[in-house]
Amino acid sequence: MEATILEARSISKYFHDPVTTQVLTDINFKLNKGEFASIIGKSGCGKSTLLYILSTMDTDYEGEVWIDGIGMKNKKDEELASVRNAKIGFVFQFHYLLNELSVLDNVMMPGLKLGHFSEKEIEQRAYEKLKVLGIQNEALKRPTQLSGGQKQRVAIARALINDPVIIMGDEPTGNLDKKNSEIVFNIFQELAEVYNQSLLIVTHDNEFAARTNRIIEMEDGKIIH
Amino acid sequence: MKVKLITKVSRSFLLARWKQTLVAALGVTFSITMFIALLSFMAGLNDMLDGLILNRTPHIRLYNEILPSKIQPIDQSQQFKNHHNFVSSIKPKNIRLEIYNNAAVINALKKDARVSGVAPKIIAQVFYNVGVIDVTGIINGIDVEAENKLFLFSDYVTEGNFMDLKNIPNSIILGKGAAEKMLAQIGDNIQVTTTKGERMQLKVVGFYQSGIQDIDKVQSYASISTTQKLLGESSSYITDIQIKLNDMLLAPALSEEYAQLFDVEAIDIQKANAQFETGSSVRTLISYAVGITLLIVAGFGIYNILNMMIYEKMDSIAILKATGFSGKDVNAIFITIALTIGIFGGILGLVLGYGLSALIDQIPFNTDSLPTVKTYPINYNPQFYMIGAIFSIVTTYLAGYFPSRKASKIDPVIIIRGK
Ligand SMILES: Nc1ncnc2c1ncn2[C@@H]1O[C@H](COP(=O)(O)OP(=O)(O)O)[C@@H](O)[C@H]1O
Ligand SMILES: [Mg+2]
Repeated sequence: MEATILEARSISKYFHDPVTTQVLTDINFKLNKGEFASIIGKSGCGKSTLLYILSTMDTDYEGEVWIDGIGMKNKKDEELASVRNAKIGFVFQFHYLLNELSVLDNVMMPGLKLGHFSEKEIEQRAYEKLKVLGIQNEALKRPTQLSGGQKQRVAIARALINDPVIIMGDEPTGNLDKKNSEIVFNIFQELAEVYNQSLLIVTHDNEFAARTNRIIEMEDGKIIH
Repeated sequence: MKVKLITKVSRSFLLARWKQTLVAALGVTFSITMFIALLSFMAGLNDMLDGLILNRTPHIRLYNEILPSKIQPIDQSQQFKNHHNFVSSIKPKNIRLEIYNNAAVINALKKDARVSGVAPKIIAQVFYNVGVIDVTGIINGIDVEAENKLFLFSDYVTEGNFMDLKNIPNSIILGKGAAEKMLAQIGDNIQVTTTKGERMQLKVVGFYQSGIQDIDKVQSYASISTTQKLLGESSSYITDIQIKLNDMLLAPALSEEYAQLFDVEAIDIQKANAQFETGSSVRTLISYAVGITLLIVAGFGIYNILNMMIYEKMDSIAILKATGFSGKDVNAIFITIALTIGIFGGILGLVLGYGLSALIDQIPFNTDSLPTVKTYPINYNPQFYMIGAIFSIVTTYLAGYFPSRKASKIDPVIIIRGK
C-alpha cells in the first residue's frame, strides 16, 4: 500500500462576488504516491478552483487539505510558499515562464529558492531535467525564442526541479496542438511509470484522461465519480 | 543564497525595463547633483559672507569704555535697599581707555587652554589731513604678526607688503577708500592729526581693503609702536585685547568670566554680530528645502516606475508566488529594485554634484568689495555628501515601500485565472 500524499477533506468553497454562490461542495478524495490521476468535468464545474485550493495558493475555503501528511490549515503565507516550493510542481495552461530569464534560469529558480543544493548542483540537476524532457539544447535561450510545446516542457522541467511529491497541472495541454499534447502526455506517463511521480492533472480532454490511472469526474462542484 | 536569488530576479526585472529604470535613476542623479551643488555653493557663500565679518572679528574683545559707575552710593544704603533708586550722583570721570597691566593679562590669556590666540591693539581716533581738509579716521595699531595669524590680515592688504608695517618705522597701510580720498600712492607720506592735536608724518606702505566700503573709508593700520608714538603714549599702552577661542560657542560665557577677572569691558562675537547667524541659517534652510523637494520629486518618479513595473510584471509575480516565493520575497525583490535605482542614481549624483561644484568653483567672480574672492565660493563639506547619500536611499526606500507592498499582496490565483 503506497502512502497518501494528497488528501482533500470535505472542501467547500464559495464566491461572494457578485452574489454568494457555492462552487465546491464537500470534496473528499485521496491521492497515493505514484498515482497519475486526472480531473475532468464541464467548463465551469470548479476544476481549476479545486486545484488552486489543493496547491495552497487559495486559502479561502472550508475543509482541510493535507499534503505529504501535513495539514495546510492555519499556515502562514510564508509556510505555504515553502510547501509549494518544496512539495508541489505546478504546470499551467499558459506555460508561465519568466521571459526576463533564460530557460535554464527559469528551471533553476525554485531550486535556488529551496536552497537544498549549491548553485552548481542545481544547474546540473536542471540540465538533467531538461534532458529528460528532450530540450537540453534550448537551455540558454530565452523563453520567447521557444515554441509553445517547448515552453510547456520547460515548465514541466521547472516543476520537477525540487523532486516534488506531486505535480499539479491545470489543462497543461489545453493550449497545445495534437502532436505537442501527445509529447507532454508521454512525458507525464513516463514520470509516473519510470520515476513513480504522483500527478494530478485537470483536463477537459477525455482522451487524455482515459489514458491516466484514475479519473476524478466533477459536476457542479461535486465529485460524481 | 536567498539574497543572491532576490538580487538575480531584481536585476532581470530591472534590465528588462532598463530605459525606464535609467530615467528613474537619472531623476535621483539630477536631484542629488543639484542638492550637492546647491548646498556646497550656499555654504561657500555663507562662509564668504560670514568670513567678511567673522574672520576679522575677535571672539572676545577686551576694552575699556567710559561708563557711569554701575553701583551708585544710594544702592549701598540699607535704608533704600528695596526701593527703586534713580539718584545717580557719580558721573563718569575721565578714565583712560588704556587696559591696565595689559602685559600680565595677555600672558594669562595665552596660558588659557581655551584660547587659541591673542592680539593686542590700539584704536586711535585721528584726522587724515588732505590739503586743508581734515577727514576723520581711525588708526588701528596692531601687532602685525599676531593680527595676521588671527585675522588673516595679509589677505586684505591688496597692495604693498603687510610686513613693511612692522619693518618700516612710521609706516601706515591705508584703507582703500581713505587712500582714494587722499590721492595717496604707495611710498607717499601723509599727515595725520590726533584728537589731542599732535601731528605726524606717516609713510604709506600698502592699501587695505576689507570689502566693506564704510570701513575702508575710515580705517587704516599702523604698528603698535608707531601708534603709541603718534598718541604720545608709553610702550605699554594698549586699548584692546582681541581673543580668538578654540570653540567660538564658548565666547559669551568666557567674555563674562574675563570681564570679571581682569576688571574690563568684554564683548563676545555673538553679541556683536547676532544678525549674521540668522542670515546664514536662513540660507542653509532654503538650500535644504530646495534639495529635499528635488529628491521628493525624484521619489515620485521611482514610485511611478515601480507601479508601472508591477503592473507589467503581474504574470511574473504570480509565477514566483506559485513556485514558492512568499509575499516577503516579492516585497524584497521590489525594494531591491527601488534601492538599486536609488543607490546607483545617488552615487552618480554625488559624483556629478562634486563635478558641478568644482565647475562653479572655477567660474570667475571678481568684485571690488571682496578682494580675496576670485571665483564663486564652494564649501566641499563631506557632510553634504553624507546627507545626500542618506536622503537618496531613504527617499527611494519610501518610494518603493508602497508599490512593493502592493506587489507582495498580489494574489496569484486571480492572475492565473485571468488568463
Ligand atoms: N473570482 C470569482 N468570482 C466569482 N465566481 C467565480 C470566480 N472564479 C470562478 N468563478 C466561478 O466558479 C465556477 C468554477 O470555475 P472554475 O474553477 O474556473 O471552473 P473550471 O476550471 O472547471 O472551468 C465558475 O462558474 C466560475 O464562473
Ligand atoms: Mg479551469
